[in-house]
Amino acid sequence: MNVLARLLQEHLPVLPVLLPLATALLLLALGDGAGERGRPALSRARAVSIVSAALGLLLAVQLALDADAGGWRVYRVGDWPAPFGIALVVDRLSALMLLLTQLLLLPVAVYASGGWDAHGRHFHALLHLQVMGLNGAFVTGDLFNLFVFFEVLLVASYVLLVHAQGRERFRFGVPYVVLNLAASALFLIGVSLVYAAAGTLNLAHLAVRVAQVAPADTALLQAGAMLLLVVFGFKAALLPLHLWLPGTYAAACAPVSALFAIMTKVGVYAILRVHGVVFGDGAGASARLVQDWLLPLALASSLVAVLGALAAGTLPRLVGWLTIASVGTILAALGLFTAEGWSAALFYMVNSTLVIAALFLLSELVGAQRGEVGERLEPAGPVAQPTLLGTMLLLLAASMVGLPPLPGFIGKLMILQAAQGPVTPWLWSVVLLVGFFSLVGLARAGSLLFWAVEPGRGGGASGASPRLLIATLSLLALLLATAVAAGPLQRYTDAAAAQLADRAGAARAVLGNAGAAQALRPYRGLDAQGGHR
Amino acid sequence: MTLSLEFLVASGIGWITACGIYLMLRGRSFPVVLGLTLLGYAVNMFIFAMGRLWLAMPPIVGAADGAADPLPQALVLTAIVIGFATTGLVIEMALRSRHEAGTDHVDGGDAGGPR
Repeated sequence: MNVLARLLQEHLPVLPVLLPLATALLLLALGDGAGERGRPALSRARAVSIVSAALGLLLAVQLALDADAGGWRVYRVGDWPAPFGIALVVDRLSALMLLLTQLLLLPVAVYASGGWDAHGRHFHALLHLQVMGLNGAFVTGDLFNLFVFFEVLLVASYVLLVHAQGRERFRFGVPYVVLNLAASALFLIGVSLVYAAAGTLNLAHLAVRVAQVAPADTALLQAGAMLLLVVFGFKAALLPLHLWLPGTYAAACAPVSALFAIMTKVGVYAILRVHGVVFGDGAGASARLVQDWLLPLALASSLVAVLGALAAGTLPRLVGWLTIASVGTILAALGLFTAEGWSAALFYMVNSTLVIAALFLLSELVGAQRGEVGERLEPAGPVAQPTLLGTMLLLLAASMVGLPPLPGFIGKLMILQAAQGPVTPWLWSVVLLVGFFSLVGLARAGSLLFWAVEPGRGGGASGASPRLLIATLSLLALLLATAVAAGPLQRYTDAAAAQLADRAGAARAVLGNAGAAQALRPYRGLDAQGGHR
Repeated sequence: MTLSLEFLVASGIGWITACGIYLMLRGRSFPVVLGLTLLGYAVNMFIFAMGRLWLAMPPIVGAADGAADPLPQALVLTAIVIGFATTGLVIEMALRSRHEAGTDHVDGGDAGGPR
């Protein structure tokens, strides 16, 4: 038993990747009984999926508790020394993202078990493959593995997006795939440019190397970094690369779009890791490379998105636009390049991910009770559970807008307090304006959904099934728990931001003492210019 | 005038990329898939070239003066595998989309050509 515990403890950082992979393979092997009568295989698949999601949550909690003790947990796959082999690094930020993913997965798996998983094949297997990609992207300490895990999560998302099929899903699905493949090509070009200039892909090693790059190669390195910003900005739906998001998220079925709430955050995470830390303070000639771009673009995208939200014709589209608005707010806080700004961004990210996911689930619950009008923002018959659903929408909207005492308020307050210098008036006015316009948009939606009732028309017959309600309510409960535990969470995000700024500590932990002293490229020989390096 | 190897490789990659981007901007799914494939080829060549162009160097570290950088080669292998799989997937999705919508034009309409 002790041996098992030690083994588990030793391999803990890799388990968030291995567990969903094993689950997905098991689910594929078991099958989900499409076409069978009574479907005993489907309930088995549901049980496996939910149990695995719960196990993954335990792993993530354990990793977060370990990470909160400080320090970097480095897992060297195959025990290769760090800059050459694949290293997984779990620090406070990684652990927070893992925890957030797993907290989202469990309600999504439960919600999907309420019926959506029967509309197509292998839903749960794909769900776990997507989570494998997400977890992998959060634990990897290597730029190329970040690409690989991006591909894993994207391939799963392509199929999940068109789950249950239908013309609308394919209409958005094909452009989504094509755009993401083009972005992947740019990702590869950016990664190889960075490698060509810096000679490494390990993120901790890269943070050491970017300051030492020869002046002749600096332009190459910066071009690579800016290409990476385009790629990550596309994933995060940063203006002007945001137009794909609202339609795509609205077309997907509710549990899938709820899980997609974390997908934009992967882009945010990658921007923080690469452009915030590696190309942040201490990167020599490339320090704060993206600062001039990130903050204005983020503010503009949040403003544009909230205008889109005002014009949205359906509830999921409204939520899709609000996703972009919240990502813009997070990226604006990242763009401050201060520890306070990063801490505020992380705090607000937790809030916005939970709110967006819950709103996507809720919009389907509401839509299902409104007859043929569905999720369109038009007057319809009364919904069956107006008090319950209305209160849920009210709470979620309040946190989205940023009203006290909900965590959205605390997050926005932290962002506003973090602002300093000449950007302060811009940041304050945009964040507050976005809050106001979100309020108008959500109030319009809420009053149309619950008050503009035409008594003559029959709405949905029955209330939502308990499983769907429990899944949505658990996200809401998490949100309220975040409000109660705001103090500890803020201490955690403060510590995470401080840890990110500690470049030397990360390099020591990942590379040992040898890493910093090595020559610029490990492989020597006649290079293209004909000279010895 | 002698053309250097670097010039040939660089302009070749540039030309393939240009063709790939042109095809990706077309309105129907088949040229778009071809464009993605061409872009994938260009990217693979580009990664390869980013390890520098080595002449007469052993592929692994040995007794010789140096070695060709093996890491971009490993990256290219990974990129090829992923590119192959995703191309297969996008073809399948384009076929399903054509089946669902009755057209494979990006706007959903038919730009005058035969169906």
